[in-house]
Amino acid sequence: MFEGMFKKTYIKPDKKQRPKKVKKILREIPQVPEGLFQKCDACGHTIYSEDIAENYYICPKCEEYFRIRPRTRISMILDQDSFVEWDTGLETSDPLEFPDYKKKLAHLREVTNLEEAVITGEGSIGGAHVAIAVMGTDFMMGSMGEVVGEKITRAIERATSYKIPILIFCCSGGARMQEGMISLMQMAKTSAALKRHDEAGLLYISILTDPTTGGVTASFAMLGDIILAEPKALIGFAGPRVIEQTIGQKLPEGFQRAEFLLEHGFIDKIVERKNLRYTLATLLNGHV
Amino acid sequence: MGIKYIHRAYYVLCPAGEETTSLFHKVYAREVNVLRKEDVMEEKDFEIKVETSQLTAWDRVQIARNADRPTALDYISVLFSRFMELHGDRLEGDDPAVVGGLARIFDMNVTVIGQQKGRSTKENIKRNFGMPSPSGYRKALRLMRQAEKFNRPIICFVDTPGAFCGIEAEEKGEGEAIARNLFEMSSLKVPILSIVIGEGGSGGALALAVGNEVWMLENSMYSILSPEGFSSILWKDKKRAAEAASIMKCTAADLKELGIIERVIREREPVKTEDMSEVAEQMKEGIFEFLEKYKEMQGEQIAQERYERFRKF
Repeated sequence: MFEGMFKKTYIKPDKKQRPKKVKKILREIPQVPEGLFQKCDACGHTIYSEDIAENYYICPKCEEYFRIRPRTRISMILDQDSFVEWDTGLETSDPLEFPDYKKKLAHLREVTNLEEAVITGEGSIGGAHVAIAVMGTDFMMGSMGEVVGEKITRAIERATSYKIPILIFCCSGGARMQEGMISLMQMAKTSAALKRHDEAGLLYISILTDPTTGGVTASFAMLGDIILAEPKALIGFAGPRVIEQTIGQKLPEGFQRAEFLLEHGFIDKIVERKNLRYTLATLLNGHV
Repeated sequence: MGIKYIHRAYYVLCPAGEETTSLFHKVYAREVNVLRKEDVMEEKDFEIKVETSQLTAWDRVQIARNADRPTALDYISVLFSRFMELHGDRLEGDDPAVVGGLARIFDMNVTVIGQQKGRSTKENIKRNFGMPSPSGYRKALRLMRQAEKFNRPIICFVDTPGAFCGIEAEEKGEGEAIARNLFEMSSLKVPILSIVIGEGGSGGALALAVGNEVWMLENSMYSILSPEGFSSILWKDKKRAAEAASIMKCTAADLKELGIIERVIREREPVKTEDMSEVAEQMKEGIFEFLEKYKEMQGEQIAQERYERFRKF
């Protein structure tokens, strides 16, 4: 507030007179660690990373929801120490022998510490035993290829055989084009497994997070008995740019956001991230 | 009798002395760079007849999209008798991009469904270029459920550039409509046969292609996205679509090799509405075999087989 009101004067310390001891200490003071501050893409403010983490990875200034990693999501939702991971170590057969694909995967595995775009397993929420699958955009934009489809299908089938509900946190740019038609088949494969789960009288809750698009929207994401969504999440089948190009006009405000889907009858409820665990616990309690 | 190493050729294994188009689907058909000895099923009593094809993947995509390629209604009128088109999704409308109804073949009642393109620009506008809206998928699902109720096999003709992507389509839940079809089709207790006759545009096509068997015409294409889309995402250049088409493996031969489809319907020359006989004959024979195969099977078993078919990918 008083910035610029007072003229500042600077006194530079006389280097020759500074004792050696002090100099050593000055050299040892560490740099500000990377990641201590983060910039919010929505409002442009620089925020202390710890504040973001404490606020459920939502910008404290503008309430913008940051995308979170699968393991972070799992730690937010499941009871502490209840998570047991399933089906690690799966690798794609690279059906198209797509140029540089395997190299890209290897690089991403190193950089993101993820094997693929989804983590599956079991755990509990408020004591209720559930199967869970969480997708994340860090790995190839969360695109669904052979491994993602296989992990999700196995998780569903296992949930069916254990007679427990399954929760899938959807987050994806769509089907993985590097795997061609094999990726398309994952849509049918996951949907078929969900049908069986449904026929067994079991619960499937899908939680749509930003972004949920393409082949994922047109398969398991929209098949939940109950479909929840995070506020303002982008959820749609065709990408917004493709639609704009097709129809030749600008899209209406709020198009393909969670609120839009709620209005048009395609989701059950929009749940704020801080209420998600509680909401899921309540729903599970009502179904088991 | 011997094995030739051929560059860019189709090869057909036929019993010695015999050669018919209907055998084509029984053997391994592919476009190869080098024909390996391991690819031959049985050398004894077989003679290798080589037919070369100069068509590239991109050529086949062009043929698949060609304006004078026969449409679903053309096949329905040639293959079946007593076709009665049924309309409506029972909710809000009747999508002209999807046709369906009752028909008869080999003394059996069947339900036939297809994505329908137009023959002229005017008709294409009416049919929305064969791009279904949610209403079309819901109509298809209604007809398929009805087929299950009355124990009728279902035959689908797939020919679409993709599901329609417009504001209204999103408002009415295009994603949900496709998902719902995949969900329900997967466990129907009647046999489902899907034939890609032209373009198989991604999820919009898959919503009619969760079949016990999926076939493709030799010059059709079935892909996760268009070669143009592929090339613009991959190389930021729409003009390399021809290259993309080869890499993507979207032709009948590619997909037969990948195990995505069971059968390729031969087209010595690209099929035209004026002369569909070569293709129709193969289809009729194939449909007969298909119906015979599932005649004695229980509904549960039919659904189980379909589940496993998709589970293996």
